[in-house]
Amino acid sequence: MQWLNAIIQGILLGGLYALLAAGLSLMFGVMRIVNLAHGVLAMLAAYLGVVFVNNLGLPWFLALVIVVPIMAAVGYVLQWGLFNRAISKGGLAPLLVAFGLAVVLTQLLQQIFSADSRSIQIGALGTSSIQVSDTIYIGWFPLMTFVVGVLVIAGVQVFLNRAPLGRAMRATSDDPETVNLMGINNRQVYALATALAMATVGLAGMFIGTKTQFIPTYGDLVLIFAFEAVIIGGLGSLWGTLVGGIILGVAQTVGSQINPSYGLLVGNLVFLAILAFRPQGLLPKAVTT
Amino acid sequence: MSLLEVNGLDVHYGDFQAIYGLDLRVDEGETLAVIGANGAGKSTLLKTIAGLMRPTAGDILYEGASLTPVPSYQRVPKGISLTPEGRKIFRSLTVEENLKVGAHIKRPGPWNLQSVYEAFPLVADRRDRLGVNLSGGEQQAAAIGRALMSNPRLLLLDEVSLGLAPVVVEQIYDAIPTITGNGTTVLVVEQDVNQALKVADRVQCLLEGRTVLEGPPSSLTRDEIAAAYFGI
Repeated sequence: MQWLNAIIQGILLGGLYALLAAGLSLMFGVMRIVNLAHGVLAMLAAYLGVVFVNNLGLPWFLALVIVVPIMAAVGYVLQWGLFNRAISKGGLAPLLVAFGLAVVLTQLLQQIFSADSRSIQIGALGTSSIQVSDTIYIGWFPLMTFVVGVLVIAGVQVFLNRAPLGRAMRATSDDPETVNLMGINNRQVYALATALAMATVGLAGMFIGTKTQFIPTYGDLVLIFAFEAVIIGGLGSLWGTLVGGIILGVAQTVGSQINPSYGLLVGNLVFLAILAFRPQGLLPKAVTT
Repeated sequence: MSLLEVNGLDVHYGDFQAIYGLDLRVDEGETLAVIGANGAGKSTLLKTIAGLMRPTAGDILYEGASLTPVPSYQRVPKGISLTPEGRKIFRSLTVEENLKVGAHIKRPGPWNLQSVYEAFPLVADRRDRLGVNLSGGEQQAAAIGRALMSNPRLLLLDEVSLGLAPVVVEQIYDAIPTITGNGTTVLVVEQDVNQALKVADRVQCLLEGRTVLEGPPSSLTRDEIAAAYFGI
């Protein structure tokens, strides 16, 4: 029964990882940018949550509604100010710029918020749970996180498949020069894609900042989890990212069930195994260019 | 006033000069064919008109105003649409999605999914197929359809016949009268002289970046064209 519990908790945790990874997957899918600042940007969102909820006393859900558009705006500005310039230099430039951004932003957060660990307060919702059986409890907050993770993945996928702007994003991913011949400014599409990605990072940061104690450098671990979820699922596939997140979550909780200190280790081992035996991931994008 | 006027155009690829002081004009409603051998500068000319390349000297006037400061994506709302060399169909999108991307700016006019499908039955048959799975002829027809979806006033067609079977080229050229009949001005670049002569009101032959012959097809003899084309 405790194994079943570990798996259930792992699936719920996987929803959080999928939520974390959605933005990373989207930015890679549309622009081929590996955003190494992804984790610390999630920490930025988490600290915004701390400011609005803990310091200013706003309700948690109101803070969520404020943080998400702020992060979207941050994404839009970052893309125009930094990444679009880096992309035109080609090759490794965007990767290096993202790395530099991660370092600077981590230091900045440490300067402002110190290295003391913080957590966004959510009150009773953080600890209340549903009892499923004698030994299995499902927490409301992890359940909510999972549902939001699945909805975000599904929502972004439907947006990409159906919305005119989503279609333009896929076309831009295929051929950024040719979309200009359709009257589409590929740089503007990039900026909107990053804004969308950062909106999901805003959500992810709020949830992870509520679930755990964090410090500015916790972003490194967040980046690794997100990265692992994306790679396990297959680059450029959002549903794959959801599957990858769930596999990573289950591996970690089952590992912890074997021995409390094995959680991260087992997660990383599963990631390594996928990388070794199925490097394209479980659900790779059907068409690659 | 001509719809398009190219004055003294120079275009370079790095140190290599592709076009030398080229003059060209297209009047509203006419079809101009620019012919020439490989490396004559035909595709470069179209890319420069569409804004994918910058001229190093000279100017391009469209509706009387200079296009030089206008980025390529802003030339589409003005009514300039290019079917690029190599077709550049979006590989991971279906044919219908490719057409819808072509209509992204929602410029009003006669062309929509239905009218494109009517003009190109080849495209209609493949509407649900991914771009990556199209044959060359299907790609070319879809690319022209995609360009039409923005309802251009000036349609630029680059090497429609390149690498395609003659029967497919025939099918695609059959649609040109429908396009011009809707009032669209067409500037077509071709290596296939026979096709070009059939559809064009006027022909301009380039050789190594310069105009060597110009006139309506009826006024030009086969020998004149061959001499200009090959530079002999």
